[in-house]
Amino acid sequence: MYSQGLIGANTQAEETQEFLDAFQARIDAEEKIEPNDPMPEAYRRTLVRMISQHAHSEIVGMLPEGNWITRAPSLRRKVALLAKVQDEGGHGLYLYSAAETLGVSREQLTEDLLSGKAKYSSIFNYPTPTWADIGAIGWLVDGAAIMNQVPLCRCSYGPYARAMVRVCKEESFHQRQGYELMKSLTEGTPEQKDLAQDALNRWWWPSIMMFGPSDTDSLHSDQSMAWKIKRFSNDELRQSFIDATVPQAELIGLTLPDPDLKWNPDKNKGKGGYDFGPIDWDEFWRVVKGHGMMNKDRLAARKKAWDDGAWVREAAVAHAKKHANEAAEAA
Amino acid sequence: MSAENKGREVNSQNPESTDPESTDRESADRESTESLMPLWEVFIRPRSGLNHKHVGSLHAPDEVMAVQAARDVYTRREEGNSIWVVKATHIVASDPDRAAENFEPAADKIYRHPSFYDIPDEVGHM
Amino acid sequence: MAAASQSANLAGSADAALIATLIQLADDHLILGHRVSEWCGHAPMLEEDLSLPNMALDLIGQARHLYAYAAEKEGSGRTEDDLAYLRPDRQYRNCLLVERPNTDFAHTMLRQLYFAAFMHPFWREAVNSTDDTLAAIAGKAIKEISYHIRHAGEWVVRLGDGTAESAARMQAAVESLHCYTDELFSCDDNRRACVQAGVVADGEALRADWDETINAVFAKANIVLPEVPFHQYGGRQGQHTEDFGFLLAELQYMQRAYPGAAW
Repeated sequence: MYSQGLIGANTQAEETQEFLDAFQARIDAEEKIEPNDPMPEAYRRTLVRMISQHAHSEIVGMLPEGNWITRAPSLRRKVALLAKVQDEGGHGLYLYSAAETLGVSREQLTEDLLSGKAKYSSIFNYPTPTWADIGAIGWLVDGAAIMNQVPLCRCSYGPYARAMVRVCKEESFHQRQGYELMKSLTEGTPEQKDLAQDALNRWWWPSIMMFGPSDTDSLHSDQSMAWKIKRFSNDELRQSFIDATVPQAELIGLTLPDPDLKWNPDKNKGKGGYDFGPIDWDEFWRVVKGHGMMNKDRLAARKKAWDDGAWVREAAVAHAKKHANEAAEAA
Repeated sequence: MSAENKGREVNSQNPESTDPESTDRESADRESTESLMPLWEVFIRPRSGLNHKHVGSLHAPDEVMAVQAARDVYTRREEGNSIWVVKATHIVASDPDRAAENFEPAADKIYRHPSFYDIPDEVGHM
Repeated sequence: MAAASQSANLAGSADAALIATLIQLADDHLILGHRVSEWCGHAPMLEEDLSLPNMALDLIGQARHLYAYAAEKEGSGRTEDDLAYLRPDRQYRNCLLVERPNTDFAHTMLRQLYFAAFMHPFWREAVNSTDDTLAAIAGKAIKEISYHIRHAGEWVVRLGDGTAESAARMQAAVESLHCYTDELFSCDDNRRACVQAGVVADGEALRADWDETINAVFAKANIVLPEVPFHQYGGRQGQHTEDFGFLLAELQYMQRAYPGAAW
């Protein structure tokens, strides 16, 4: 019968129409799919791609914010940032674990990241030159991430949904932390307010690009929606994010860098929403393809941590083996 | 490979499950336990009086480091007061291909449930 | 209003001795916490990317309690951040051990073990301090530092008794860091006054505990204790190694670049 092998292994499943229909019926009935359940190979591959990209994003995402841990301007900010970046590491860990239920190993996923084969969220290829970037990332990037992640708590694949419940629970302080930080800057000296506005100017467009290509151009959207891996389209989530963020910016006296931003009462089926200017998709694809300012540095930093850590991991495994053998001999 | 993905291994009950893929998988497993960190499943008891509950997994070289990693990864927000870790390869799972024969026969044994029995309302809670 | 002139004003008083001792302790914790936090996002394995920040957060948290108490005792309106960020390097009184660079995971774990093996008996005694606030800080800190001994100790054992490479790196870490350990036990006039007042324990009285912890770990780790012809001191007098200036440059950057701003 059907089995889940390692990626690239030949599965012996016959994906007959009957099998595919039965699978879709389970999905439509809102049943969760668990690791050993029969599943179409494409469903499994889509999940491995999505979950591992998500995990890589958390891990690479530690770097731009980690950049400011040792320079945080107060002890209160320092512990908050450290705890937040630590959380991102935890989220990466939960997500790698979820991906591992699909028969890929963390080492394999790590190698795919380091070789440049696997993608991660391109937002993390932008630099964090100022302290205000820590506020902008928490407020906008985590805000956008939450928009994306909350629906994933209901994803049809059980381990992914469970990991996301934990992630979302922990994430809740991240956006508040960022917004509070931005707010404190806008209440500070003119110089501090400039830092905040400058960071917003640089992070706004990359943040709304985080939802991915427009629905008309998205490769994977339709099938992922049918399988209830995704619950909302990229454009729907982007619109929700913009509608939520505009008043937050106004409240702290910051200006979003989009002259076309305008309330449109007819949007969202008459509930109203904001019209916004054209997104520079050339920039988006350029960064996705590895030409963002920090792409090379991010991968180099991950590779260095992995390579420099090799002797530590080897030592730990060697020690465990040595002492497992001793225990066996003593018995 | 997670314990959640272990059902296949239990197919040893099943004489027909000698497909070449499970051999591939076993050799991949062997390689990963020899040169890589084993995977551990983590169970946390939220507070005394409750069961330990599966919360996730992690990699660690041995049981001592696995407990420490579980503490650092899964109890940062007072999630519990006791940790169990189990090497993922030590978990034996039921075969998903036998889910029907394992679990469906219980469905019509309704006489195991209190609602099967009629007693007068006047008796109250029983 | 530099700390030096402040403590000069209070010289001789019991409060001055207490404040100086609190600042020594706070500086130890802040600087070690800073060093450990440098690992965040760069650890040898993902699990350790969670463990290292946990230890850094414990240390910085303890530093905050100690600075806040020192500031309260000063009563001159300085805050924990003023103490943490706005002193020149000569006024930081941390021991040299905690400012030593991370170098590699072996150095980092050994430095953590050395420090925690001292702080554990220190806090154990401070739980019964004649100073109630310090006793309360100790009650919380001792639980955190116990875990640091366990975590760092288990790693020292695995690296010392792992592969040939890890054993060589571990032994190299011992050779390079052991000469900084004696300063942990040192006692200046201020601390002596606190010892006499029953506020803190005499460092020398904790040496047997420290030796016991370190010897037990080193025996399992196959580490040979090096001959140390000369022990390094200086931090308690504000004389630091060159690396420390760069650490402070990072730590203080924002406060120095935007004087007086609130964050």
